[in-house]
Amino acid sequence: MDFATFLVQCLNAVQYGLLLFLVASGLTLIFGIMGVINLAHGSFYMIGAYMAFVLAPYFGDWYLTKLMVGVLLAAVFGYLLEWAFFSFLYQREHLQQVLMTYALILVFEELRSMLVGNDVHGVQAPSWLGGGFKLGELMSYPWYRVFASVACVVLALALYWVVNRTRLGMMIRAGASNRDMVRGLGIDIQRLYRIVFAGGVALAALAGMIAAPLSSVYPGMGGSVLIICFVVVVIGGIGSITGALVASLLVGFVDTFGKVFFAEYSGIGVYLLMAVILVWRPEGLMKRSF
Amino acid sequence: MRPWIVPVIAALLLAALPAVLTPYTQDLVVKIAIYAVFALSLELLVGAAGLVSLGHAAFLGIGAYVTVMATGDGGAASALWLLPAAMGAAALYAIFVGALSLRTKGVYFIMVTLAFAQMAYFVFHDTKLGGGSDGIFLYSKPVIQFGKTVLLDLDRKADLYYTVLAALVGTYALLALINRSRFGHALAGIRVNEQRMRAAGFATYGYKLAAFVIAGALAGLAGFLLAVKDGAVNPELLSWHESGAVLLMIILGGIGSLRGAVIGAVAFTLLKELYQSEALLGPLAAHWQLTLGLTIIAFVALLPKGLIGLKARLSGGAHA
Amino acid sequence: MRDPKTDATEPLLRSNLLTRRFGGLTAVNGVTLGFHVGEVHAVIGTNGAGKSTLINMLSGEMPATSGSIHFDGHDITDWPQPQRARAGLGRSYQRTTIFPEFSVLENCRLCAQAALPRAWAVWESAQHCEASLATAREALERAGLSDDAQRSAGTLSHGGKRQLEIAMCLATKPRVLLLDEPLAGMGAEETERMLALLGALKQNHAVLLVEHDMDAVFRIADRITVMVNGEVIASDAPAAIRANRDVQTAYLGEGH
Repeated sequence: MDFATFLVQCLNAVQYGLLLFLVASGLTLIFGIMGVINLAHGSFYMIGAYMAFVLAPYFGDWYLTKLMVGVLLAAVFGYLLEWAFFSFLYQREHLQQVLMTYALILVFEELRSMLVGNDVHGVQAPSWLGGGFKLGELMSYPWYRVFASVACVVLALALYWVVNRTRLGMMIRAGASNRDMVRGLGIDIQRLYRIVFAGGVALAALAGMIAAPLSSVYPGMGGSVLIICFVVVVIGGIGSITGALVASLLVGFVDTFGKVFFAEYSGIGVYLLMAVILVWRPEGLMKRSF
Repeated sequence: MRPWIVPVIAALLLAALPAVLTPYTQDLVVKIAIYAVFALSLELLVGAAGLVSLGHAAFLGIGAYVTVMATGDGGAASALWLLPAAMGAAALYAIFVGALSLRTKGVYFIMVTLAFAQMAYFVFHDTKLGGGSDGIFLYSKPVIQFGKTVLLDLDRKADLYYTVLAALVGTYALLALINRSRFGHALAGIRVNEQRMRAAGFATYGYKLAAFVIAGALAGLAGFLLAVKDGAVNPELLSWHESGAVLLMIILGGIGSLRGAVIGAVAFTLLKELYQSEALLGPLAAHWQLTLGLTIIAFVALLPKGLIGLKARLSGGAHA
Repeated sequence: MRDPKTDATEPLLRSNLLTRRFGGLTAVNGVTLGFHVGEVHAVIGTNGAGKSTLINMLSGEMPATSGSIHFDGHDITDWPQPQRARAGLGRSYQRTTIFPEFSVLENCRLCAQAALPRAWAVWESAQHCEASLATAREALERAGLSDDAQRSAGTLSHGGKRQLEIAMCLATKPRVLLLDEPLAGMGAEETERMLALLGALKQNHAVLLVEHDMDAVFRIADRITVMVNGEVIASDAPAAIRANRDVQTAYLGEGH
């Protein structure tokens, strides 16, 4: 493998890992703080991707605007969904949460099928992000992928800032360690949960919107991303955002380079990585930490 | 009333059914019975040991694929080695998955079992091993024959029916035995409070692993039967939709009882048939995922103890 | 005055410089203690003194950062909890950990079953396992719960549940009893019964008693160890402890 190809694959791995991080961070936050395992989290990613497809004709090249509108819609949707459905799940045992959120997947899939159909769709990257820059003699790396990575890094930093440097973040971290104490301090824990949930949904949907031009938009995409996110969360440790970042990048590299070297067997690479981590450190790479 | 009277009567009724059933209905009964075996196998894990596995379909799929792949195109294989091979393969994967996933608990366990099932799914879906997304055909159904005498030919409808029934009865009986044994009581204790069991001296990891492997092997049995009945396998048998479905079956019927698992399998299969039936639901039938999803949500919300719990509530008593 | 280090009888259970650190915090620091058969050895201290951590390390639920634990001549520092329990190290918990949905008898029978071989013999019914049933009945008898054998354990009174907690510990036929606040939440009559039971038990067992009820401790203990901030500040007969200056300073304002 020549250097240019190697570099391209590295960039791809990082970009994939960062996108995964956006989705996984929402998943791990929601579980770490509210204690809910949400199988439908992948559906939010799918919803984001389909939103990108549906909104594309209205926004054309106003790509960033489209993203912001999409995030807003997703956040509102998440807020309402928490109020109408998820808030009832917190006290239930894991098995019930699994089944309820699994049923939610079925509902979302069917609604998507009824509203947008079952076809695979491509989504165009905006023209100002088209093309690529030259890497070596033969390769060029798409600008859009650069944009995707940069966007994810910006969002990751924003997430870090919110969680570690704002009052909201402090309440989130407090709520993660001691729910009752936070309630006792007069903080409206219900609204806190709602905000966190909406944030998680928005992150996943945004990841889906950003990913749409890269992976196209297809029915099973929610399920595949969900299971990979589970692997990320297991490797990184539940409730740990730093862990999710490290694990996402690891998964990104294993998956990308796995495809290069092992072709058809590459699909199982990530799971073997998880198996190794389970032997070595079953509780995840990082214990609960933000 | 002795607890085994109802199951025995049910078994006898089932044995007598082929006399009165149409071929389509007989097929449906066989399908339900196979799923009942599958559900029972998961009941050992979830109901008895308290281990919620979201990857149980992997063992169903492996049992099915090994059945088909080991038969190949060399004519009918002998069920005497094919069935143990299918169950053995499922058990082997269960040892691998169990040994690793039982190092985790709670939500981690759920996610890890799902992930390992997905790994198996990819092996059959993507690699040359499995024949890809189209799956493979079973060219000849297994038999038991000695020389020229054919004792059992699973290609014959009646033979298949009674074999499946025997499998169901056998699985039910085995699990009933396990539940009443010391091993089963230990599993129950682990489910309620694993830490306390360790403090009493139980090496709980070993018990859980044993339950996991037995459950996997029994799911492999269901897989064998499914492959024989359908005459084909495809990777979707290992999908997480299948794992979710079997979990639904046991919660539908009611966790913690063998009857619940069987009832759940019946109810779920019939429900799915109903929701997919154009004759009964017209255009809504195409969107059966929606109706099924909403039903599940309503069901889990309103009847967390399943159909068995409903019976208890209606009769006003506290049923164990 | 009895000095643990020159005591004539060899302790059945002994810890040597047992230490547990959590990141920057040292919860237990260099604790060396011995527990003898025929003796109730109480460990007292304020909240956060490290008593729970100590018991968790002795029972095997928590690994030690450094130091060692010896039981009956074996170094059990690396033994997992089930192995220690089967060797004779039994414990009861501060928060009641009975199995509420099983009967009182089944609670004990299950604990007694841990030591039995052939767990894989699935054709044998648990309810007819004479060995574990006999041990369970005996344990219930000693704990004074024989009349409640068939009751669902969740329906017992709080005191009854604490008794069951002890009975379950006894059902594993331990030689050392690690009791974590067995008197917690008990009324006067129940406390009397428990103290009588402990008095009877110490004949054949080594008893470690972590307790907050100072009256009970001074009545029943043969030796008292006082812990402050993870360290042992005194370990002696009750009378000597009562007169000990350091202990009085540590407990000033606590009263007993």
